[in-house]
Amino acid sequence: MIRHLRFPRLSWRFIPVWQRNYLVWKKLAIPSILGNLADPMLYMLGLGYGLGSLLPDVAGMPYLTFLAAGTVAYSTMNAATFEVLYSSFSRMHVQRTWDAIMNAPLTLDDVMLGELTWAVSKSLLSGLAILAVIWGLGLYGSFWMTLWIIPVVALVGFCFGGMGLVMNAVSPSYDFFLYYFTLVITPMVLLCGVFFPVSQLPPLLQSVSAWLPLTHAIDLARPLVLGKTPSDIVQHGAALCAYGFAGYVIALALTRRRLLK
Amino acid sequence: MLSVRGLTKRYGDTEVVRGLDLHVKRGECFGLLGPNGAGKTTTLRLLLGLIEPDGGSIELAGIAVPQHAREARMKVGVVPQMDNLDPDFSVRENLLAYGRYFGMSKAAVAARVPELLEFAGLASKADAQIAQLSGGMKRRLTLARALVHDPDILFLDEPTTGLDPQARHLIWQGLRRLIGAGKTIVLTTHFMEEAERLTDRLAILDHGRMVAEGAPRALIESHIEPAVVEVYGEGLEDWMRDRAGGVCQRFESVGETLFCYTSHAERVIDALKQAPALRYLHRPSNLEDVFLKLTGRDLRD
Repeated sequence: MIRHLRFPRLSWRFIPVWQRNYLVWKKLAIPSILGNLADPMLYMLGLGYGLGSLLPDVAGMPYLTFLAAGTVAYSTMNAATFEVLYSSFSRMHVQRTWDAIMNAPLTLDDVMLGELTWAVSKSLLSGLAILAVIWGLGLYGSFWMTLWIIPVVALVGFCFGGMGLVMNAVSPSYDFFLYYFTLVITPMVLLCGVFFPVSQLPPLLQSVSAWLPLTHAIDLARPLVLGKTPSDIVQHGAALCAYGFAGYVIALALTRRRLLK
Repeated sequence: MLSVRGLTKRYGDTEVVRGLDLHVKRGECFGLLGPNGAGKTTTLRLLLGLIEPDGGSIELAGIAVPQHAREARMKVGVVPQMDNLDPDFSVRENLLAYGRYFGMSKAAVAARVPELLEFAGLASKADAQIAQLSGGMKRRLTLARALVHDPDILFLDEPTTGLDPQARHLIWQGLRRLIGAGKTIVLTTHFMEEAERLTDRLAILDHGRMVAEGAPRALIESHIEPAVVEVYGEGLEDWMRDRAGGVCQRFESVGETLFCYTSHAERVIDALKQAPALRYLHRPSNLEDVFLKLTGRDLRD
């Protein structure tokens, strides 16, 4: 793998790849939106009202608000992850669409950048839907501050899109992705403060949590929902960028080894 | 149009392409023949700049590959071995999407679509889904897709593998039209008939090395006697021992059949008339005989 590692050669040729995915998505937009968005929204509203009515304020805010901020990050993570795992895998491995595209003047770097930017787009869509609920229910401190959630959501999509592409590169079949969900995504949901504050965890797990990308995402999103400026913006943003970029570069090397040997 | 010198590709300790030299002129149809694993597909991937060679140089449409593979691929249309049409798009949308990968505007591709559909015989299927197409239709659409940007040169990797004779003949007709229109074609195949019918020149590869090159007719004439008598039946071994050496210029025993190569088939046939238990088939020699002579009869996998 090492000899395949190199800095990505970025070009605008990724745009037709993004556009291809967009045009296919557009055909099934309504069921796709429902499928991607209904699930996190049901969790958020069900747990938020049901569990929230039993709880006092959590971390100084109503539980529904606490959960809404977590759900923005969590649902965008899921949207990007599902896209680059199952959908990208179909296009790369099952349908051989990537092979066809690389016979045109596109490189693997272009194709995977197209997939990554498409995953970011799906994340934006997912994040905006949750944001719409937050606006609709008035769960925010300052409307203008919540607009900053939009770039955060894009960054979260980039982060988890890049990481997921690594899984895509090494997977022999769809079943393999279950490991990633069981060993990476689900623990992250529980350790990063989606459903309850990280401060409830034992100290050891708290220090693990501090390294996880979803924690960085939530540390940005939650203050913004409350209308506050997040602390350590640069560190959190840099961490999300680093995870996403490292994922993209490693995924490129692994996929190059897989497809172009 | 295509010039390759000393092309080499290694995977670990195995050399899959070993010092290949190829020269294809503009307007020529060139065949790459070889048993499975001879390095045909690897060669095509090298020519497209999809994989990096370990040695040698490639110039495709005047452009150095892999250094400027992107520019070179602008001038090449590719029909891959395995269909990879986009199943999420209709027939027409497949062409539109593929044109965009070459940087064409939607209007420019749309203007070419009717002509391409007509060429592929799919004018009535423009809005069909890919899953509704037969194997032959998919191949024809893949060929039309490879032409979307009006390339100078076409690479076809086993374009008719898995097709029935009707579908195969349709593809051949299409390729002849393209040759007539002055396109340069490089095709790999292991159908000798296909190579004999379509190519002006061909190269036979084995174990990554070129073992023969030339026009199909010339290869047959230079490598093999003009006629073949295939002999089989009761008493073959005795006949082979006592008579074959006398009447055949060269013979080869494969399983239950004796292949007798000769310039004087009538002498062989006269000799066979005295052995009524033996049956025989007399035919002109063909490219397959050359191929088997040069690459052997062992199974390759």
